[in-house]
Amino acid sequence: MGDGIPHHRRIFLKQVATAVGAVPLALGASVVAGGAAAVVTGDAAAAATAGASGQDTVPIAHAWLFFDGNESRAAEAAVARLIPADDAGPGAKEAGVAVFIDRQLASAWGSGDHLYRHAPFLAGTPQQGYQLAFTPAEMFRLGFAKLDEAARKAHGAAFADLTPEQQDALLGEAEHGKLDFGELPSTVFFGALLDATMEGFFSDPIYGGNRDKIGWKLVGFPGVHASYANDIERHGVAWTRPPASIADAASGG
Amino acid sequence: MSKTMPAVDVVLVGGGWTGSVIGKELAANGQRVVVLERGQPRWTSPDFQAPGVRDELKYTRRNELHQNAATETYTFRNRVDETALPMRRWQFAYPANHLGGAGVHWSGAYYRWDPVEFKLRSHYTQRYGARIFEDGITAQDWPLTYDELEPFYDRFDRLVGASGFAGNLKGVIQPGGNPFEPWRSQPYPNPPMRVPHAPALFGEAAAKLGYHPYIQPSALSTRPYVNSEGLHMNECVYCGFCSNFGCEQFAKASPQVCILPVALKLPTFELRTNAHVLRVELDKDRKSARGVTYVDAAGVETFQPAQIVILCAFAINNTRLLLLSGIGRPYDPATGEGVVGRNYTHQTSSGVSLFFDESVKINPFMAAGAVAVTMDDFCSDNFDHGPLGFVGGGYIQIQVVSGAPIGNRPTPPGTPAWGSAWKKAVKRYYNHSIPITITGSAMPVRGGYLSLDPTYKDAWGQPLLRITYDFPDNDIKLSAFLTDKGTGIGRAMRGITLAQGNPRTKPYGVNAYQSSHINGGAAMGADPATSVVNRYAQCWDVPNVFVTGAALFPQNSCYNPTGTIGALSYWTADAIKRDYLKAPGRLIAS
Repeated sequence: MGDGIPHHRRIFLKQVATAVGAVPLALGASVVAGGAAAVVTGDAAAAATAGASGQDTVPIAHAWLFFDGNESRAAEAAVARLIPADDAGPGAKEAGVAVFIDRQLASAWGSGDHLYRHAPFLAGTPQQGYQLAFTPAEMFRLGFAKLDEAARKAHGAAFADLTPEQQDALLGEAEHGKLDFGELPSTVFFGALLDATMEGFFSDPIYGGNRDKIGWKLVGFPGVHASYANDIERHGVAWTRPPASIADAASGG
Repeated sequence: MSKTMPAVDVVLVGGGWTGSVIGKELAANGQRVVVLERGQPRWTSPDFQAPGVRDELKYTRRNELHQNAATETYTFRNRVDETALPMRRWQFAYPANHLGGAGVHWSGAYYRWDPVEFKLRSHYTQRYGARIFEDGITAQDWPLTYDELEPFYDRFDRLVGASGFAGNLKGVIQPGGNPFEPWRSQPYPNPPMRVPHAPALFGEAAAKLGYHPYIQPSALSTRPYVNSEGLHMNECVYCGFCSNFGCEQFAKASPQVCILPVALKLPTFELRTNAHVLRVELDKDRKSARGVTYVDAAGVETFQPAQIVILCAFAINNTRLLLLSGIGRPYDPATGEGVVGRNYTHQTSSGVSLFFDESVKINPFMAAGAVAVTMDDFCSDNFDHGPLGFVGGGYIQIQVVSGAPIGNRPTPPGTPAWGSAWKKAVKRYYNHSIPITITGSAMPVRGGYLSLDPTYKDAWGQPLLRITYDFPDNDIKLSAFLTDKGTGIGRAMRGITLAQGNPRTKPYGVNAYQSSHINGGAAMGADPATSVVNRYAQCWDVPNVFVTGAALFPQNSCYNPTGTIGALSYWTADAIKRDYLKAPGRLIAS
C-alpha cells in the first residue's frame, strides 16, 4: 500500500467518509476516495494532506462525480505515469487530469451523446474506425477495473499501489494490446485514456484539468490572448507573456 | 401527427453558403422563399464571442459545430464485397449542423479552380493521350467553362471579402502574385494575409529551388471591409481559433456575417431553424416535386409545399436526399449504369513533418484558418504529366492554422507517446515544428460511390448514406510525387533538422482526418447518362429540383471547394431568375 495505511484501516476510513457525507475530513487524498460522498473541502484538508504526504503540490479539493474510490485512485496513478511530474515540470496528476476525466465521464459526452450506437456492432477493418458499443463512461469503468485486475494478477496489489516501474510496464502492455481486458481490447482502452489525458492536460482549465495552466506553460501556449495582428510578422521572436484562460479573460485578467 | 405549411415559391434545404446566397437572390427577385435549416440558429454575437469561443475541447474535440454522429452519420467500406459499418464518431471529416453550416467552422482557404479542372478528361486526353487515365477512372468534363464562371467567382469574391494578391489580371501575369492563378477580371477586394515566420521560410526555400510561392488567398478580411451586400467585416486578428470555430471578429466570411442579415430583412425571405428535412415529395408521375417534408423542433412531421426545391445541405448529404427521395437513377457499380451516387471523391491530402533548431520560433498560436505561403507549380496541369503516369496535382504550403495543444503537439518520429521522454520532446518541439501541408486532387473510380445503407439508420429511421471507396493508384502516385517535392522544400529550409514526408497510402480509411471536402454523387454534366444535373444544377429527371455544393463535383480539384461552390450558387440563382422562371418546370436550354 503506497500510503502505508493497512487495508482494513482504509476500508474503515472509507465507511466513515461515506457515513459522514460532506463533513470535511482532514485525511490524505488517497484515502478519501470513497465515491461522491467523500468530500475534501477547504484549506485545512489540503494543508493536512500536503503535510502528511510531504509533497509540495497542494491536492485538489473536489468530489468525484463519476469514479468510485478504486477508479479514482487508478486514474490518478495512471495519468501520473502518462505525463509524470519530472524535471520538465508538474505532470498530469498535479494538473488535475483525473478530475477532468471524471467530470467528462459524468457529462453528456461520457454518456455517448455524440456516438452513433445503433446495432449491429460488428468487427470492422481498421480503416472503418471505432466499432465498439462502449460509451466513454462504460469504457473507463471497465478499463480501470481490468487494469486493477491485471495489476493484482501480476503483482498482488491494485494498480495505484504498484511501483512506478511496475505501472509503466503494465501501461506499456495495455498500449500494445498485450493485456486481456475481456471484451475491451486493452489497446483501445489505453488509447482512450491517453487521449483523455492529453485533453485534460491541455484543455482550458474551465473543465477541471490543466490546473494553473500547467500544460500550457509546459509548451508555451498562451491560451486565449485576444490578438496577434501586431506580433505575427515579428519573425523569430518568442512569446513570453504568461498564458490566459477563459476564466482569466472573462474576469478581465 | 403532421401538418402542412402555407405554400411558397421556393424551399431551400439548408442554411449554409448555397442556401443563403440562392435564397437571398431569389427573395430579392420577388420569390417567396423559405430556408429550412436543421440546426440551431447561431450568430456571431453572442454565440461566437470570446473568451468562451476559444475552447479547443468544446469546438474541436467535442464537435460543437459538427453534425452529431449519434443522430446521423455515414457508413463506410472500401469495397463492394465488404459490409459497410457506421462512422460511430467523426474522424475523417467534419460535416456541419447549425445555421451557416460548414461556412461557419471552415478555414477560409479561398480558391478558384483552374480552367483545366472544368475540362479535365478532354484536356488530359488531348495533351497526353487517353491512356494517361488509369482503367476505371470515371473523371469527366464539366458542362461549363472557367470563363463562363469567372463573373460569378468575382461576385462571390466581393461577398466574402476575399484577401489576396492577383497573379493574373485579365491574362496579364502580375509580379508578386501566383503566376499559375486563373485569370481574374478584378483584383481581390482586400490585400493578402500577413506572413508568419514558418510560411516565410517555406517561401524562401521554395523560391531558392525555382518554384513560385505566393500568399494563399483567404476569405478572412484583412482590413475593415463593406461587402457587396453592404455588410461590415473587420480585420482578422490571427487569434488562432479559426478552423472548427465561429469567428468572433466578423473577419472570417460566413453566411451570418456576409449575407443572412440582409436576407432576413426581405419580406419574402423566411429562415426556419430546427427544421430537419427528410425528403423531397414528388408528384405521382415523379417528374415534378411538390415540396419537402421536414421534422420541426417539436418532432412534428411537416409538409412544406413549394414550386421549386433547392438542395443546399452539406456536400454529399444532398446526394443522400436525392436517394431518399427517389430522384434520379441510383448508380450501380456492377454495370456502371445509373448516376446518383456516382463519382464520390475526397481529397488526397498528405504532409511533411518538419523539425527545426531553436532559432526558428513558429509561434503556432499566431494563426488563422487560411494564413499560408503556397505554391502551385504542381497543381492541375502546370507541370508535365507525361513521364509521371497520373492525372491531377496539388498545392504545397506551410499554413499556420492553430497552436491549440490538444491537437497540436508535434514530436519527432520515434518519440514515445507518453512518459518523461514524450514530455521532454513536446516541450522542446512545440514551438519548433510545423508540417508542410499538401492538398491533392482526387479522381473518381468506377467502384467508388454513394448509396443508401441497407442496415443502419439515422435518428428518424431513414437509411444512412453509405460510402464505398478506395484510392485509385493514380492518386497514390500523385501523393508520392507531391510529398517527395514537399520534402525537398522542407530540407532546403533554414534551421531544419528533420523533414519527413508522409505520403497518402492505401487503403482509404475513415479513421483519420483527411479534410472535410467530401464530394460527388450528383455530378453536373452535359449527358444525363453520366450526370444527375445539367449545367445549371437542375435535375435531369425532376426539373423543379436543383442541387448545389460539392455534390456536383464530378471529381475533386486540389483547390478548396468553397470559392467554386459560391460561384456556382450565383450561377444557378441567375439561371433560375433569367430562364427557369420564364418556363417553370422545364429543363433550361443549354
